[in-house]
Amino acid sequence: MAAPVSTQTVDLAARFPGAVTAEARPGYAGFIVEKDKLVEVATAIRDEFGFDLLTTVTAVDYLPEDKMEVVYHAYKTTGGPGLVFRVQVPRADPIEVPSLIDVWPGVDLQEREAWDLMGIRFSGHPDLRRILMWEGYEGHPLRKDWQEPFYEEDVKPFKSRWPEGKHVMAEEKNPFRDNVKFLENFDPEKWIPENEEMLYSSLKRYTVQSEDGMSTDRIVINMGPQHPSTHGVFRAALTLEGETIVGLKPVVGYLHRNHEKIGERNTFIQNMPYTDRLDYFNSMSNNLGYAIAVEKLMKIPVAERAEYIRVIMVELSRIQNHFIFIGMLLNDLGAMYTPALYAFEERELILDIFEAVAGSRMMCNYLRFGGVVRDVPEDVMQKIKGLVFERLPAKTDEMDRLLSENEVLVARLKGVHVIDGETAIKYSVTGPVLRAAGVPYDIRRADPYSIYDRFEFDVAMRPNGDLFDNYIIRLDEIRQSLRILQQAVKQIPDGPINSQKPQYQVRVPAGEAYGRIESPKGELGYYVVSNGKPNPWRYHVRAPSFVNITCLEQMCIGTKIADFVALLGVLDIVMGELDR
Amino acid sequence: MDNERLSLPQYDIPEDIQNAVTITTLDRLYNWGRRSSVWPLMFGLACCAIEMIAAQASRYDMARFGMEVMRPTPRQADMMLVSGTVTKKMLPAIVRLYNQMPEPKYVVAMGACASGGGPFKEGYNVVAGIDKFLPVDVYIPGCPPTPQALIAGMIKLQEKIDKESIKKVRWYRKGPDTVEVPIPILGPDLIDPRRNQEIKAAAAQKATKESA
Amino acid sequence: MYGKGILKGLSVTAKRFWNTYWDDAVWFWRRITKGEKRYFSEEGVKHRSSKNARGIFTVQYPEEQLIIPEEFRYVPFLVYDEGAEGKQEIRCTSCGICAKVCPPQCIWIVRSNDPNTGRPIPAPTEFYIDADICMNCGFCAEYCPFDAIIMDHDFDIASYERNIYNLETLLKPASYYKSIRPTNYATAEAERKAKEAAKAAKAAGAAAPSAPAATP
Repeated sequence: MAAPVSTQTVDLAARFPGAVTAEARPGYAGFIVEKDKLVEVATAIRDEFGFDLLTTVTAVDYLPEDKMEVVYHAYKTTGGPGLVFRVQVPRADPIEVPSLIDVWPGVDLQEREAWDLMGIRFSGHPDLRRILMWEGYEGHPLRKDWQEPFYEEDVKPFKSRWPEGKHVMAEEKNPFRDNVKFLENFDPEKWIPENEEMLYSSLKRYTVQSEDGMSTDRIVINMGPQHPSTHGVFRAALTLEGETIVGLKPVVGYLHRNHEKIGERNTFIQNMPYTDRLDYFNSMSNNLGYAIAVEKLMKIPVAERAEYIRVIMVELSRIQNHFIFIGMLLNDLGAMYTPALYAFEERELILDIFEAVAGSRMMCNYLRFGGVVRDVPEDVMQKIKGLVFERLPAKTDEMDRLLSENEVLVARLKGVHVIDGETAIKYSVTGPVLRAAGVPYDIRRADPYSIYDRFEFDVAMRPNGDLFDNYIIRLDEIRQSLRILQQAVKQIPDGPINSQKPQYQVRVPAGEAYGRIESPKGELGYYVVSNGKPNPWRYHVRAPSFVNITCLEQMCIGTKIADFVALLGVLDIVMGELDR
Repeated sequence: MDNERLSLPQYDIPEDIQNAVTITTLDRLYNWGRRSSVWPLMFGLACCAIEMIAAQASRYDMARFGMEVMRPTPRQADMMLVSGTVTKKMLPAIVRLYNQMPEPKYVVAMGACASGGGPFKEGYNVVAGIDKFLPVDVYIPGCPPTPQALIAGMIKLQEKIDKESIKKVRWYRKGPDTVEVPIPILGPDLIDPRRNQEIKAAAAQKATKESA
Repeated sequence: MYGKGILKGLSVTAKRFWNTYWDDAVWFWRRITKGEKRYFSEEGVKHRSSKNARGIFTVQYPEEQLIIPEEFRYVPFLVYDEGAEGKQEIRCTSCGICAKVCPPQCIWIVRSNDPNTGRPIPAPTEFYIDADICMNCGFCAEYCPFDAIIMDHDFDIASYERNIYNLETLLKPASYYKSIRPTNYATAEAERKAKEAAKAAKAAGAAAPSAPAATP
């Protein structure tokens, strides 16, 4: 179990008397910052205390106390525990909190998300539009007093399911007989859609005069949401001057499945299978992050054998993710299918293992609080050994041979700048993209969780931050993961696989916890607030894909449109997690 | 060419020319051509899309069914595989894609989400089944369906195609297509233009109920 | 030299190409000596999903199928024991744990009531699973105390309409359960027997001093 976030080293309250008070609620940590001093305190946190990486911004609706809270989690890229600070504002519209976009530009999309779902206005934010829902949508869904059209009860289990559970479609109970709701006397014929004027105006379309006196028109094009190389339903609105990108806005939310709203209705254990569907390539990592967050809240240990099983599964998951990444990147670059097909072969073999231990290829639902759901059978262990010691190292080398020296590929990738380390940190970029930019920040090392401190491995790091480094770092990481796996498979002890009894309703004391892991795509964090009831009061997912695309604009401006696909590719986004 | 499937069983063709001669109906020929080259639209929505890709990859290889040609443009596709959760925000794009597909066109709802909303059905941004908007031919349950289950579903679709008749299918009739899907509008919530009157009535009723 | 990397890469694809035919030759030999077939046979599929798989990787569903591991889960079904004269003894007691734990709440159960007393009887009158909501997570089977609801292996269930299963379509015999999940079945049966024995011992112990208690 990872150590709880320590605040001993930093005494903000002493540094800012009157503006900052230490958190006093039981189960909570960190500091409460006065709204007006937020920017000043945040700047000090970044510059004086050295917390240069702001990972999470999220809001919590404390309806009973009539308060809204914005919670920030800051970390040091040199490692160590983080710092939690928060702003509390009365829950009366308009709710305003100063934006931290000038301190950490990486808060951009996260603040927009908080505005969209919670209705908190961040004053000073230059482009505060809705992000996951569309402009014109009625209400802020994550507020506790907002009810969706198919609302049944505040918490699960619903009483209509048992003992008098006649099957009724949710549609039949809704006055509109569909998953919609409208204000009274709404007239659909008179509705004027917003037509995304705000989006295009944020792109600033105008005619420019070039040096030779020719007037050219900048054009706006939309890529996606149905586009073969946007990795799902991602859309980017681009302004082009010739072939050069001069403006870009990601448009997301096409797969917004209301993960957090549903998660706050679920019981704690019911969220486990939902986390599978976040980053659907790596359900094992998603499970681990959530399990760590809840275990922190519950203050329970994890069975020793289970820790090893967890590490094995998560690292296998990372390997298949990186294989697919390479295959898909090459697909995007136009090397259609061969590398992707090779990658999918290895993925299938790893998924066979997941299927044998967890029951499902993709949606593993394998971890439980305190351990895992079932033991790894001996024949599957043999299979894992075969893969880890024989097949996967050979296949990694094969992939390396196939691609890494290919002159065409190298010419295409080398020197195409993705991002430099400093900008990456500013934009809260984490994961392989950050490490390829020369910042050796890996949570497995920087703030070890589970049992990663027992294994010998190097944090993969590449200095240049170009496309080629972003490609090759994935191969490095596969090799490091194999190293961890080889140790874990050898050291795994016998014993129970769960420290707790199997139970479908867990007791979680009141408080907050932020569990974070190094998922294959970056820092995956779960912010869970419990009020002692069977359901989480707030359940927020800090998805690496979502935060990483904040810097997409920064990365792409000035590059050619043909590189956009590759640049988006190296961010390794997955829409299930991006839109949640 | 698969003679066994193409020939009508009631005609006795001498054994020595069975490989050269086939007696069949136009319907059968038409269906045989359709079923053996169903080109899916390259269009992934969510988790199921990954299983769809896996089904296209080497282990399951949908090319064996003539379904490997994933077309990124709807103009060249025969089948829309709705692979994942359909959100309200995405729905206008999906309907637009469907309207752009040339006939004959088929829709397969892959997975629980596309079939009926799935685990996310209760969510505020989720459409409770794509069949509310598009005519779905085959529903494949599962979350996500394994590639094998997807292929089993595709075989079901082929069986359905086998039963079609040129005279009866909706796309060779006079007049416009019987399934016209107007593009939904993103309002304060999703507006289905076909149901404007209904929405208006329900909204008015809601108002009277609340004032009462 | 320019082009060396490309050639190196091509050597990989060439090796894969060669492997296909080499593997065919290896299996041809195995067929002669051991009678093992590469295609449409269990050992062939096993080989293609092992670490030694090379060359052709395709499993030609539906002619052949991947070997489904025991823990594989798809849509759940209800187990009944075959009683005398083909009577279906449904294991479910309609305790409602599965409906409570189900994350997307796709299980609906109507509990039976005694028509005379109005007291609940441990059996469901109606049982629905909306397969268009079910997320195949397996919680219902995991937390069922009676081993009455089990995750199925049958994935060939695509249909032409929505899939809402009722009690009738959900029921499958215990023998089917045993055939798809032999190990699980064995452990569950052993547990059940142990429980019954403990209960019997307890009943016997209780019966000695006083009159035998009525079985519930």
